[in-house]
Amino acid sequence: MNDHEIGVQAFHQRELDAGRFLLQRCGGCGRHIYYPRESCPHCGGAALEWKVPGGLGTVHAVTTVRRKPADGGDLNLSLVELDEGVRLMSRIENLAPEAVRIGQRVRARVQVQDGRGLVLFDAVEGAVR
Amino acid sequence: MSAELKALRGSAAIAGAATFGCGEAPGFTDMELLARAARAAVADAGLEMRDIDGLCTASASAAMWSLPVVEYLGLNPRYIDGTMLGGSSFIAHLLPAMQAIRSGQCNAVLICYGSAQRSAAFGRREIVAARRFLDPQPYEHPYEPMLPVSAYALAASRHMHEFGTTREQLADVAVAARAWAALNPEAFMREPLTRGEVLGARMVSDPLTVRDCCLVTDGAGACVLVSAERARDLPKQPVYVLGNATAVWNRQISSMADLTVTAASQSGREAFAMAGLAPKDMDVVQLYDAFTINTLLFLEDLGFCPKGEGGRFVADGAIAPGGRLAVNTNGGGLSCVHPGMYGIFALIEAVRQLRGECGERQVKNAHTALAHGNGGTLSSQATAILGTAEALR
Repeated sequence: MNDHEIGVQAFHQRELDAGRFLLQRCGGCGRHIYYPRESCPHCGGAALEWKVPGGLGTVHAVTTVRRKPADGGDLNLSLVELDEGVRLMSRIENLAPEAVRIGQRVRARVQVQDGRGLVLFDAVEGAVR
Repeated sequence: MSAELKALRGSAAIAGAATFGCGEAPGFTDMELLARAARAAVADAGLEMRDIDGLCTASASAAMWSLPVVEYLGLNPRYIDGTMLGGSSFIAHLLPAMQAIRSGQCNAVLICYGSAQRSAAFGRREIVAARRFLDPQPYEHPYEPMLPVSAYALAASRHMHEFGTTREQLADVAVAARAWAALNPEAFMREPLTRGEVLGARMVSDPLTVRDCCLVTDGAGACVLVSAERARDLPKQPVYVLGNATAVWNRQISSMADLTVTAASQSGREAFAMAGLAPKDMDVVQLYDAFTINTLLFLEDLGFCPKGEGGRFVADGAIAPGGRLAVNTNGGGLSCVHPGMYGIFALIEAVRQLRGECGERQVKNAHTALAHGNGGTLSSQATAILGTAEALR
């Protein structure tokens, strides 16, 4: 799946730009890795495989970046823990910023804007952990 | 811990310390502020600039900052440490400098920093834009976090969720810092501050209001480190470095394994082990309070209270003047001074307390002090344990 002619960051972004969100999984220790690395930060292994995540996760931490309306208005900023056990920064798109709570179940999607892909999340029904 | 490391305990002492331009210093450059503090610290140590043969310094903007500092001060250092770990840098510089002094590589190390962050014409917006280009974080920046505050806000949200920490408890950190600042003529904000005023201040990144955030000031600080033997022949009472350790676990908040446990748990444990002391032995504590959540996290991680108890530990004036533990006696980054990086100022306040120079805010019979630096977004942590001759025994 990987193209070894380019680095993992460029590969990951190219996939996002095509609407695909991928994680890495270490063939050595079996742990998932995000953001993409050239070697496993847990065991040092170099046999990293690209995987399509299940897409579900949980809001782990949350803040609202307060901005003037002229600067785009208030913005949700969340750390989301995917069910695969990795965490990433993102935002929850289908809730008002002040409505996002820790424990909220969310699903990933890729937004492609001006040809550039970005991982965002939407709240889904389910137990708030 | 190796025997060699333990043997460094008390082998060096801070013989000179000074600040300059804390608050507002319009018309000064970073270098000019640094040079004034450096000159004052060297004089405080009873030395001349030509006696300085070691240099530790860092800048948040210039990648090769040691070079212009050498040139500007006219130094010829045999030892140079330009390690840049963010605001913890100047506390992290201590241990390698002690090793350099012990080995004979150098005799007198100048640790120095200066920033005209408040008054500089080069604005905050330009600095943010330049950093995003020069030091990209491609997995965070696209989400437009307001860094660094949003990273600390995320950690605070998690601490509140896991331990029931409240915004009122966070506010009490700012209130205590202000109460200490009221006793410090050098502090930038000294007027009384109430819990209600902190809670009602402009929200920046929930749950942190502008009063949960450190100041943006100008300022410079410098210390001179020499061997313990030499320090005893110099005019000021030596402040011995009993322990020092640094730890880095991550850079980005999104890569922090547990948002409620910082690498201070490692740097603190190792610094205390080197010093042969424990939190209960500390007379004064200086913690890098870039945001109110920092003080809670570091009180827990350094062992002053159990994990999760920080909010209850600081509530109702417990770390204010007259409280159970003297924390950030200069007013901290929240109310005294915060010119981009604060670590050197935590160190200098610890030195001043141990020398008994603190006037109204002096903690009586202070013989031991902890100075803790934080850098990045809860990323780098450096802990120093300092003591008077009495603590050295």
